Amino acid sequence: MEALMSLMVGVLTACGVYLMLRARTFPVVLGLTLLTYAVNLFLFASGRLTIGAPPIIHDGATHYTDPLPQALVLTAIVISFAMTAFVIMLSLKARAELGNDHVDGRPSQGDAP
Amino acid sequence: MVSFCPPRSSVFITEFNRMNLPLVILTPFIGAALTAWAARFGARRTAWVAGGMTLLALIILAPTLTAPFKGEVIIQRWSWIPQAGVDLAFRFDGLALLFTTMILGIGLLVILYARYYLSDDAQNPKPGMGRFYAYLLLFMGSMLGVVLSENLIVLLIFWEMTSLSSFLLISYSYQGKEARQGARMALTVTGLGGLALLGGFMLLGKMAGSYELSVILAQGDVIRADPLYTPMLVLILIGAFTKSAQFPFHFWLPRAMAAPTPVSAYLHSATLVKAGIFLLARLFPVLSGTPEWSWLVIGAGLSTLLIGAWFALFKHDLKGLLAYSTISHLGLITLLFGLATPLAAVAGLFHIINHATFKASLFMAAGIIDHECGTRDMRRINGLWKFMPYTATLAMVAAASMAGVPLFNGFLSKEMFFAETTDFFSDRPWGWMLPTLVALAGVLAVAYSLRFIHDVFFNGDPINLPKTPHEPPFWMKVPAEILVGICVLVGMFPAMTVAWPLKVAATSVLQAPPPRFDLAIWHGFNLPLLMSLIALFGGLLVYSARKPLFRQANRLEGVLDAGAYYDSIVRTVAGFATALTNALDRGSLQRLMVVFVVSVIAMGLAGALGSGSPLTGPRALLAADAVSVFIALALIVVTLATLILHHRRLTALVVVGALGLLVALIFVKFSAPDLALTQLSVEVVTIVLLLLALYFLPQRSPRESSRPRRIRDTVLALLAGGSAGALTWAMLTRPHESISSFFLENSVPGGGGTNVVNVILVDFRGYDTLGEISVLALAGLGIYAMLKDLELTGLARDARGRAWNWDAHPSIMAALTRLLLPLALLVSVFIFLRGHNQPGGGFIAGLITAVALIMQYLTNGVAWTHQRMSDNMHPLIGAGLLIATVTGLVSILLGYPFLTSTFTHIHWPVVGDFELASAMAFDLGVFLVVVGATLLILIHLGLMHDASHPDPKLQQEPR
Repeated sequence: MEALMSLMVGVLTACGVYLMLRARTFPVVLGLTLLTYAVNLFLFASGRLTIGAPPIIHDGATHYTDPLPQALVLTAIVISFAMTAFVIMLSLKARAELGNDHVDGRPSQGDAP
Repeated sequence: MVSFCPPRSSVFITEFNRMNLPLVILTPFIGAALTAWAARFGARRTAWVAGGMTLLALIILAPTLTAPFKGEVIIQRWSWIPQAGVDLAFRFDGLALLFTTMILGIGLLVILYARYYLSDDAQNPKPGMGRFYAYLLLFMGSMLGVVLSENLIVLLIFWEMTSLSSFLLISYSYQGKEARQGARMALTVTGLGGLALLGGFMLLGKMAGSYELSVILAQGDVIRADPLYTPMLVLILIGAFTKSAQFPFHFWLPRAMAAPTPVSAYLHSATLVKAGIFLLARLFPVLSGTPEWSWLVIGAGLSTLLIGAWFALFKHDLKGLLAYSTISHLGLITLLFGLATPLAAVAGLFHIINHATFKASLFMAAGIIDHECGTRDMRRINGLWKFMPYTATLAMVAAASMAGVPLFNGFLSKEMFFAETTDFFSDRPWGWMLPTLVALAGVLAVAYSLRFIHDVFFNGDPINLPKTPHEPPFWMKVPAEILVGICVLVGMFPAMTVAWPLKVAATSVLQAPPPRFDLAIWHGFNLPLLMSLIALFGGLLVYSARKPLFRQANRLEGVLDAGAYYDSIVRTVAGFATALTNALDRGSLQRLMVVFVVSVIAMGLAGALGSGSPLTGPRALLAADAVSVFIALALIVVTLATLILHHRRLTALVVVGALGLLVALIFVKFSAPDLALTQLSVEVVTIVLLLLALYFLPQRSPRESSRPRRIRDTVLALLAGGSAGALTWAMLTRPHESISSFFLENSVPGGGGTNVVNVILVDFRGYDTLGEISVLALAGLGIYAMLKDLELTGLARDARGRAWNWDAHPSIMAALTRLLLPLALLVSVFIFLRGHNQPGGGFIAGLITAVALIMQYLTNGVAWTHQRMSDNMHPLIGAGLLIATVTGLVSILLGYPFLTSTFTHIHWPVVGDFELASAMAFDLGVFLVVVGATLLILIHLGLMHDASHPDPKLQQEPR
């Protein structure tokens, strides 16, 4: 399980970083989304992997998984939505003001008219 | 009559008397807000408000005014941060009495004076007067805070506030470059001093075991014997010297003359620059009396005294002359405190009063001259006696006092100063040096005072003035008249006027009964009198020989200009910063990203390889089951698909949606139901958001990266992914220690909920959550601001060139979603209510509600939905933040820390027993902010769609 989790975080990070390095705004936003998943999974995993022991107190339970990373990640998910929204609006604004969707705002060949 | 006072009101009066000091400080701050507000009713009213609030502060202070004369020290205290030893404590003793009366008294006169100075004629005030008075009152309040603080940390806070508010005052005419530069320089120098002061205070507090002045002042011997005494002294002196413009930090003061003259009259006579001197006086019993103190303080004071006096003589700008003479007089006072004898301290205090009166009136006179002549250049202003004899008389009296002419107050303190310097080193072989240098400074002081009188009011006729000068309006002269009146009164009858307050102030500076001192004009023929005579005649001589001296000075111009050194340091630092930024940032985000990714990888690898610990830890591993392997593989495939398909944006987006669902499944697997629910609902809104946004963007990314760049990025991505994976592996295989057992144990007894994640969010770490919903609200509002007035053109054709389908909203789907709305809202309420005990809570419920409402927009159209629901989400966000904050504040009102929660069990028929925690109210705030921010973002993006295709068919209501 641990190996699977590490592999997933790794793949998400790698693809996220590659997309983040692209020259157009939309792939960069997608890349950030992938990185967000990677970071959230990583933070979540810092409580270690536990199966079948959600942190909801009830009689008869012997152990619970660590609730703290979950609380952190829960807000992180919501905040990263806000961040994604902000970045995508920024790219819309840039498109409107600069006339293209290049991350540096300079037109280059291959732009759709 | 007094006995008729009902007891209740007398209790009230005693209560009031026990808390009037903070009110005195607060009044100008409230006044600043009031003045700024009053400005909309006409600039002239602001002067009344400002003056009224200053008077009010004086009235509030009145009941305590007599206490220092009875030998009492009033201390008023409120607990603030007891763990750090910081209380809101205020102190009123003789020294505070001296300074508060100066700050409020001269403040009042300056407010009256500025009313006319800032007007072109008596009737028409310039716009911006409200801003001026607001800044002035801010400054006044900060200054009162400095002199009334009992706690050093509180003092430091007010100290920094004086730096900030004086920055605003100096840069009042911000259109002028000089004002901006002068203000920046003053802020930098005094701000750096404030930093040093903080260090000094920390050390001092550590040595004394308290930041309270009463404790510190009683421990002089302990503190002077401390091994850290010298660094502490140096740090505190840097703070005091930067504020009081002592050499080598004096250069900011002349540049600050870009401020309007009333500001200079206030800041540079009685207040800002005296704050440093105040600090020397305040800590005098603790810091003084060591060789370090003598060397540093006498050295700085003496060089400042001489340098200031020398430069003052050669300034052609009227205010420049006054600025350097201020520096010189500040040096004189510092020097007196450096001598550290009780009598020298008395003389220092005396000169503080005298300098404040004559310098404020001189600045006011300079302001009148500037106002009436339109220039301050003394080479052009000549012979004003003919035009304004009355103002000339006032200025001449004040200047005579500055020169130390008998019968005026400056003479008295200067005599004491001369006497102290002759006594100090009299037992050393080179003891003659100090009196000689001091006499030389006296000579220069007389010379520049003479210049102020002769060059301005006599010396031929004015040359080419922009305006024809005449006497100013009556009330503009009154403040200067009052101050000059004080100069003369004190100068002639010192024993009857200042002797008593001086004695009281000296008692609190020395923390001991002051020595006997005799404030008389005539002490017989002695050495100080001889020095005064030498100064007077020497000054006359120097002034008559001014022409060759001026030529000499012109040649030396700029040699000793500390300001130029400061400028070059600032230029070097700024140049370095610019070069570094330019090297990293060449206007390309991609390049910057590469720098960022490479540095992160390099640092991570260096740390990992440097630690030498093995990659795999000893923790036992979980066995993988088939479903998990399948989901992990699916996730990897989907991720890679996103990457490969990213040129076809819509397809990539759909694929990313699947990714979110897979991540939610992972959360389910590893015991995180709350996270799974959140991820699911966030996924929906994210995809809707990106779809809406994609409509305004090109549908395909062009293939434009060169092959080497793609290879480089692939290598970087693999490195980053490999590192992240290895890090995860290393973490997961290591044992785990967490503070969470506390949360698990206290969730039910302390927070009243069994869902520990939710209890953490709304209770244990409620403060964090409050911050997070604030961020969410801010992001929403930021997006709203960004989309406002933005015009985007949408697509006419899709990626394959097909025409856009303009069909109205499909009616079956529309009908279904309408039916779904109440159900979805019900689910949302359910999730919200059970959140404290079962998976759910405000975040998730908010997202579900937002999704339900957005569905209405998507399927029924904007027009239909807007008939039924407002698109103004700001009140919702505001209400959410308000509810969350008020929940926290209520617990403060009940005497608990911010956001302490309480809960009770309620029995509800049918539903059964359930808990009602105050944290639920907080969660309600969270819910409202999430709904508000999410809808705000999506609705406004959606509205832009509507605006981008004004197709009548789409505006129709679906059937």
